[in-house]
Amino acid sequence: MNKIKLEMNASPENVSMARVVVAAYIAPLDPSVEELMEIKTAVSEAVTNAIIHGYGENSVETVAMEISAEERVVTINITDRGVGIENIESAREPLFTTKPEMERSGLGFTVMEEFMTKVEIESHPGEGTTVTLVKELGER
Amino acid sequence: MKLQSETKISVSGRVLTAAPSGELDYHQAERIRTQIDSAFEKSSCRHILINMSNVSFMDSSGIGMIIGRYKKAETRGGRLVVSNMSDVTSRLFEISGLSKIVTRVDSAKTAMDMLGGTT
Ligand SMILES: Nc1ncnc2c1ncn2[C@@H]1O[C@H](COP(=O)(O)OP(=O)(O)OP(=O)(O)O)[C@@H](O)[C@H]1O
Ligand SMILES: [Mg+2]
Repeated sequence: MNKIKLEMNASPENVSMARVVVAAYIAPLDPSVEELMEIKTAVSEAVTNAIIHGYGENSVETVAMEISAEERVVTINITDRGVGIENIESAREPLFTTKPEMERSGLGFTVMEEFMTKVEIESHPGEGTTVTLVKELGER
Repeated sequence: MKLQSETKISVSGRVLTAAPSGELDYHQAERIRTQIDSAFEKSSCRHILINMSNVSFMDSSGIGMIIGRYKKAETRGGRLVVSNMSDVTSRLFEISGLSKIVTRVDSAKTAMDMLGGTT
């Protein structure tokens, strides 16, 4: 199992960096165009959340992304050491957002759940959040 | 690969057309929003048309940006129309429920005919 870890500053331009890295990692598994798009979108959502919600856009902070694969099951962990989530259940609700003034619409977790096989959230207020995204790629 | 996206903005009659290119994520959505809003405020447009033909990627930040421009157009009694969505962006449009509030058409020409500008 080949595992990689990327640590990046919590800055907006690194969201596309995270997408590029995950796309490069899964390329040898030959995902479908759709699967690739789904994984890139879910990663984009989780990294954006870490920056905006976890760290309140403080770009000196660090977001970590770990990727591994077992056969055709890809697992991606996205971790921040930010504010954490008070109520995970409501955070997962469609249209739930704590930042409506920033034109956020509470769709990130809904999109992650729609696009991935499994989405797990581990979060502790004041300590941070880890989102685990799992995708089972179809046979090629 | 293009990291900096460009947004072409034009005005025709009462329709402001914005054609962003590249990836509509958190980083780019903020820039595009600022560009559209400043052009809209300077103009006397009522409607906003977002032409998506050059957008290769979109996430919820793009959805938020579109909903925000929908509200902008509404303040002038206008409408927001989205044209030229690809399969990739369409799916997000469906999941978000945006398809229920925002009018979506195949081409910029159809949008202009509908909003009464000229292409
Ligand atoms: N890493 C995180 N740290 C702290 N809070 C978070 C984190 N990720 C999500 N949240 C909380 O969960 C809520 C829901 O997240 P979700 O991504 O679904 O919506 P959003 O980010 O508010 O809006 P959108 O993703 O549509 O732009 C957020 O508003 C925030 O309160
Ligand atoms: Mg989000």
